[in-house]
Amino acid sequence: MTVIEPVQSADQVPIDRGDPNDAALSVEDLRLVYHVRGTPREVLRGVTFQVRPGEAFGLVGESGCGKSTTAYAALRYLPSNGEITGGRVRASGADITQMSNKELRDFRANRAAMVYQDPVQAMNPTLKIGKQVAECFSILGYDKGESEDRALAALERVKIADPKSVLERYPHQLSGGMLQRVVIAMGLAGDPKLLVLDEPTTGLDATVEAEVLDLVRELRSETQAAVLLIAHNLGVIRTMCDRVGVMYAGKMVEEASSSELFEQPRHPYTIGLMNAIPRLGLRKTDRALSTIPGNMPSIGSSLPTCVYVDRCPLASETCRTEIPPLVALGKGRWTRCHHPDKVTEITELEAEVEPYEIGDDRVVQLNSVSKTFRQRGRDIPALVSVDLGFAEGETLGLVGESGSGKSTLAKTMLGVHGPDSGGEITLDGRPMKSKATDRRNESIRAIQMVFQNPDSALNRSWTVRRILHRTVTSLTEISGSAADARVEEIAEAMRLSKHHLDMRPRQLSGGLKQRVAIARAFAGDPRVVVCDEPTSALDVSVQAAILNLLANLQRDERTSYLFITHDIGVVRYLADRIAVMYVGRIMEKGKTDDIFAGPVHPYTEALLSAVPSVDGEAKERIPLSGDIPSPADPPSGCVFHTRCQYHMPGTCDVKIPEAVEVQPGHVITCHLPVDELPRPVAVAISN
Amino acid sequence: MLRYITRRLLLSLITLVLILIALFALTRVFPNDPARQLAGPFASEERVQDLNERLGFQDPLPTQFGRLFRDVITLDFGESFSQPGVRVIDLVKPALWNSAKLVGLSLLLTLPLSIFGGIMAARKKDTLLDRSIVSFGLASASIPDFVSGVLLQFLIGVQLGWLPALSNAPRDSGFFTSLKFILLPALAILFVYFGYIARITRAGAITAFEADYTRTAYMKGLSNREVIRKHVLRNALQPTVAITGTQMGYLFGGLVGLEVVFNYPGLGRLIVNAANAPDFPLLQTAVLAVAIIFMLATLGADLIIAWMNPRARLDLGE
Repeated sequence: MTVIEPVQSADQVPIDRGDPNDAALSVEDLRLVYHVRGTPREVLRGVTFQVRPGEAFGLVGESGCGKSTTAYAALRYLPSNGEITGGRVRASGADITQMSNKELRDFRANRAAMVYQDPVQAMNPTLKIGKQVAECFSILGYDKGESEDRALAALERVKIADPKSVLERYPHQLSGGMLQRVVIAMGLAGDPKLLVLDEPTTGLDATVEAEVLDLVRELRSETQAAVLLIAHNLGVIRTMCDRVGVMYAGKMVEEASSSELFEQPRHPYTIGLMNAIPRLGLRKTDRALSTIPGNMPSIGSSLPTCVYVDRCPLASETCRTEIPPLVALGKGRWTRCHHPDKVTEITELEAEVEPYEIGDDRVVQLNSVSKTFRQRGRDIPALVSVDLGFAEGETLGLVGESGSGKSTLAKTMLGVHGPDSGGEITLDGRPMKSKATDRRNESIRAIQMVFQNPDSALNRSWTVRRILHRTVTSLTEISGSAADARVEEIAEAMRLSKHHLDMRPRQLSGGLKQRVAIARAFAGDPRVVVCDEPTSALDVSVQAAILNLLANLQRDERTSYLFITHDIGVVRYLADRIAVMYVGRIMEKGKTDDIFAGPVHPYTEALLSAVPSVDGEAKERIPLSGDIPSPADPPSGCVFHTRCQYHMPGTCDVKIPEAVEVQPGHVITCHLPVDELPRPVAVAISN
Repeated sequence: MLRYITRRLLLSLITLVLILIALFALTRVFPNDPARQLAGPFASEERVQDLNERLGFQDPLPTQFGRLFRDVITLDFGESFSQPGVRVIDLVKPALWNSAKLVGLSLLLTLPLSIFGGIMAARKKDTLLDRSIVSFGLASASIPDFVSGVLLQFLIGVQLGWLPALSNAPRDSGFFTSLKFILLPALAILFVYFGYIARITRAGAITAFEADYTRTAYMKGLSNREVIRKHVLRNALQPTVAITGTQMGYLFGGLVGLEVVFNYPGLGRLIVNAANAPDFPLLQTAVLAVAIIFMLATLGADLIIAWMNPRARLDLGE
């Protein structure tokens, strides 16, 4: 089968990568196809890179660029329709593509390990953890008793709490972070020389993510294993990797050390990615985010040109006709571009942002709203006396770990749960009914929601037109042809074409689906839109477009947002004010600039320092050890005292702290005197 | 697990009471004049009166229900109408045993074959083997058991003469000889159920093969066989167990056609005969037996699933 385009072989280019035979992983001109209905479609179009022993190498790129396929191909795990059509993959000199099945099993058991995106799915739900971990040791030839002893030791090694009892538990009884530790423990069983991590922290909480990354770092320095890391979160890549490769449409387009790549990217695509990220304290009032127009070529399409030509601001005639050469830019640093000298001319989009005033009126106001669930005869206070207000056209960023009550707050606002008596939610000063089913249509319309995962939020068997039409007719009085017109109007405002209206969600990309979800929320002219991590599953370029869209809609429609996110860069970019939640309580709230300037609540300090940033690593991570306490059994006094590094025995564990206004509108609930409150840890550009 | 078992058993007990109430309602409460219904429109008034007395239809309903309950506990359901002097239980017991033998043998043939077929089809998904198994299964399942029964009877029993064409084994034949007599109807059941169970197993196995935990198992360095044995089967077979449990009611009470074709005295035929006679106590007892078997089968299936999958135990609050 020949689907291979003529391409300059990597070997002809004088790029010194070192001897492939002593690399922990050497991928050489790897070509791979997926057979789709009998037709081979190229997914990897000659990928070449090396991971040196003890090195951490990151692969980045938008979804569909082939980074995960590369990672799995490195361990020769292919889907049943996948086939390696060229190139080789060597690990410590052994060619994986040539191994027999027996040799491959031996390689996976002893010399390589993988950590996966979703640890909950990666564990067999029907077997006890102990059995699954011990299995890794019985493969290595240990007998039953020895395997069990070693399984316990393996769990101790990854610092899981109470390893003995974990052995006896089933996967559904553990949290995602604990399961990821178990997966890592299983991976380390054979003392591997190569660790492949595929989105290891996606879906985990920022603080759990920080702990898992710390663990990987520690184990790396302990075992000297090489790491191949795939992550769409560039902050994770930046803080974890020594070197980074940028992939696009099945090809590597740039390779550099981590700091070089993030500070001085030399390929137009890398530059596009970097400019799309809200970083270095960028605010929506400064400028709109840069986006990368267009889409990546689909897999299998013929690309006898520069793969990035269609989206490149520098594209010239040569780019359309010739495959660009590898251009060496230094040791272990190269780019695949016809115009490497011109890339510095790419400027960030300086789209003017019209300043606009945030209104004073409190559109929606929560007055001492509490929510207590009853479970098996016990009271579980999930929200405790929350006061929050949304001014017209204002974005309130809501941050906190999973289990802090963010979703309960959102659901209570939306009327999914009724709050406890005593609190009230007002719309334009008038109290609303607590349950959405009792609210007037106007109130229901006023508060809408955009979910994290548009896949499950949209009816997959309906067309986009029908989804929006249904929303328009059920939320507003509009019907008939006026509703049809309204649907097209909303779609246009979301930059969805008419062609998209007649498609079904599964035919749309993640970004387009999220636009439909936003269109749905905006169909009834809402006053407040709750955005629950609307961009966390999207590529940075798509995220930039969605954030721009949200910012524009807000300016034009004067809508307020409750924006729930883990991404500190995003919240800093979009939010006017930030509220920090912990165990159902607001620990701090204030203007975004005030919070990033400090002083802050100790919890905010820890939270901010946990998030891996593309701008570099926090100099000093504030550890946030242990799990967030259950709201069923909140700690006495200040609920944060059990994890607080400033804990003052006798005060914090006894007395509930008062809210102190440290600056106008900046309220912190802490016992520390104002001048002793911490300031956010500076993020330093290290490496 | 223990907690699950106790709660599940308790539920079964409630089911049993509900079965009794339903049976009681159908036979005593809903018919306006049950004795007249039984005796038929042309029976004399004395005969109706006689029935009323014998069956106690004149007593208050709670008393009648209490009697039904007592009958179940003591396994004494009185005398048959159609065969006076014979206890009902002595008619139901052998029929039940016969049905159990037939169902047992056919499951012994069907389950391993169709599970193996389903797993193979899933492993070789979208290949010729997969398509053959699926389409053969569909074709054979679409032929009613008594039709394939007649075909088998004619081909193997009559033309080739390899196996007895009728299943009425001589009274004094031993256990294994009697099995030989029911091999043909058991094959007919295999025909119907192979496709069904293989397809369910295939679907479960495909999900399990594509699951992330199976990928983890391969990445540990386990061989194909170990991956299937230790990780795939336990997850893949849960739907298979569940539907096997729910088919027991049909297998015990519904194989009327097949039992007639092979002249086999099973529970299905007994029920039809009792309804035609009409033999009221016999009918009621036989139906009750099928209902209880169905209840026990689903109980068994649920317990096996709970053993296979700890998350299934959560439903009953473990």
